[in-house]
Amino acid sequence: MDPTIIIDSLPSLLEATLMTIFLAGISIVIALIIGFFTAIVRIVKVRVLNGIANIYVSIIRGTPLLVQIFVIYYGLPQIGIALDPISSGVLALSLNAGAYLSESFRASILSVDNGQMEASMAMGMTYSQALRRIILPQSLRIAIPTLSNSFIVLIKDTSLVSVITVTELLQMSSLIIAKTFEPLTIYLVAATIYWVLISFFTNLLDKLEIKTSRYLVR
Amino acid sequence: MSIIQIHQLKKSFGTNEVLQGIDLSVSKSEVVVIMGPSGSGKSTLLRCLNFLEEPSEGTIQIGEFQVITGGKIDSKRKKAIRELRKRTGFVFQSFNLFPHKTAIENVMEGPIVIHGAKKEEARKLGEALLTKVGLGDRCDYYPAQLSGGQQQRVAIARSLALNPMVMLYDEPTSALDPELVREVLQVIKDLAQEGMTMIIVTHEMSFAKDVADRVVFMDNGVIVEQGTSEEIFGNPKEERTRQFLSSVE
Ligand SMILES: Nc1ncnc2c1ncn2[C@@H]1O[C@H](COP(=O)(O)OP(=O)(O)OP(=O)(O)O)[C@@H](O)[C@H]1O
Ligand SMILES: [Mg+2]
Repeated sequence: MDPTIIIDSLPSLLEATLMTIFLAGISIVIALIIGFFTAIVRIVKVRVLNGIANIYVSIIRGTPLLVQIFVIYYGLPQIGIALDPISSGVLALSLNAGAYLSESFRASILSVDNGQMEASMAMGMTYSQALRRIILPQSLRIAIPTLSNSFIVLIKDTSLVSVITVTELLQMSSLIIAKTFEPLTIYLVAATIYWVLISFFTNLLDKLEIKTSRYLVR
Repeated sequence: MSIIQIHQLKKSFGTNEVLQGIDLSVSKSEVVVIMGPSGSGKSTLLRCLNFLEEPSEGTIQIGEFQVITGGKIDSKRKKAIRELRKRTGFVFQSFNLFPHKTAIENVMEGPIVIHGAKKEEARKLGEALLTKVGLGDRCDYYPAQLSGGQQQRVAIARSLALNPMVMLYDEPTSALDPELVREVLQVIKDLAQEGMTMIIVTHEMSFAKDVADRVVFMDNGVIVEQGTSEEIFGNPKEERTRQFLSSVE
């Protein structure tokens, strides 16, 4: 292993890391929105939408992410929807994470004790007031561990969009290896960067979890 | 004049008819205690009064609010049910306090959301009500930091905050350790003294003797007999009542 190769390649790898963070960051925001509304639609059983939501979640969970990426990037142009690699990547990652997040949201909303909804209704709240003020704040706390987990998975999954030529961390590593012929060094550097990144976010989310559950601590 | 009028109230779960035509009127400031064996339909009756359970048949009138049962569920009907709920306090066996809110926030929630009160007014009201139930010094505690008896008193204060016409209690002390029962019953007694109209489902016989203007004995979804506590406890007319009373003593 040659340390100068690490030093030389580090700037490019860090720049590509920004792309990884960008992909994960923007996808998680979109996925949270998709996941939240999908969960609500399925819990309230909104007509028609409920069926669509069920099919969406089932398809996403039942197919590999790599296939989803290929369908969006290589498949959609055939029916006139041509997206650039980054948009395709973001779309695939958001749809994928959104389906999993909707499951965690749904489970966490349903796990709030039924007495909470009854107490809210008994005082004359509307269903949406009860959901907003009483149920969701509690379910969010329950959801945070699984939400963190989804986010971590999402960061790792960004590496898959390297196959459609998005220059994120893994794709950049491969490009550098093509020039330096040092796969072990470069891939280990990439792995370290992933590890640091994920540890950082795991820590951050753990802190958030502790903060939001303070009212349960005696 | 009666403030609650229940006429031929029926409720079935599937083919199981749990309430088989209940007639009951409650006058203003009256305290009615409902007793009866497990599964006789006491909770269901109380929950129907607040539409936590949708009655299958019959009419319920509370004050000026009447909701026809078994109607179509449209927004007008939902609103009528909400209006009725706003004026009836419901106290659960398991308290059901909002765990992510402090004691005072629990009490403030109704005034703010339902009455559109300002935070400051709601806080004043909350402090006054928590003081009234003996918890003036626990305003900023979370439910998890309170004993069961304290939690139930916060729950009573939370219901009172909406200035209800009637209070409904479903076994308010059944989930409590014996030594915590008295403090909750005392709060309910104080409310009786002030003239609050109340329906209380409870197994606390001595409390019922103390506080009830009328005791209603239910079995198998019907009211078997009712009367003053002296009549029901001292000299029950029906065999089923006698059996029940000897089984709990
Ligand atoms: N949601 C429900 N679905 C189906 N059956 C129910 C439901 N709630 C109550 N029941 C049934 O209705 C009957 C009356 O129940 P209810 O809870 O009103 O009795 P109770 O008098 O309050 O009894 P307890 O003293 O045990 O609280 C029981 O047979 C019960 O199994
Ligand atoms: Mg009951």
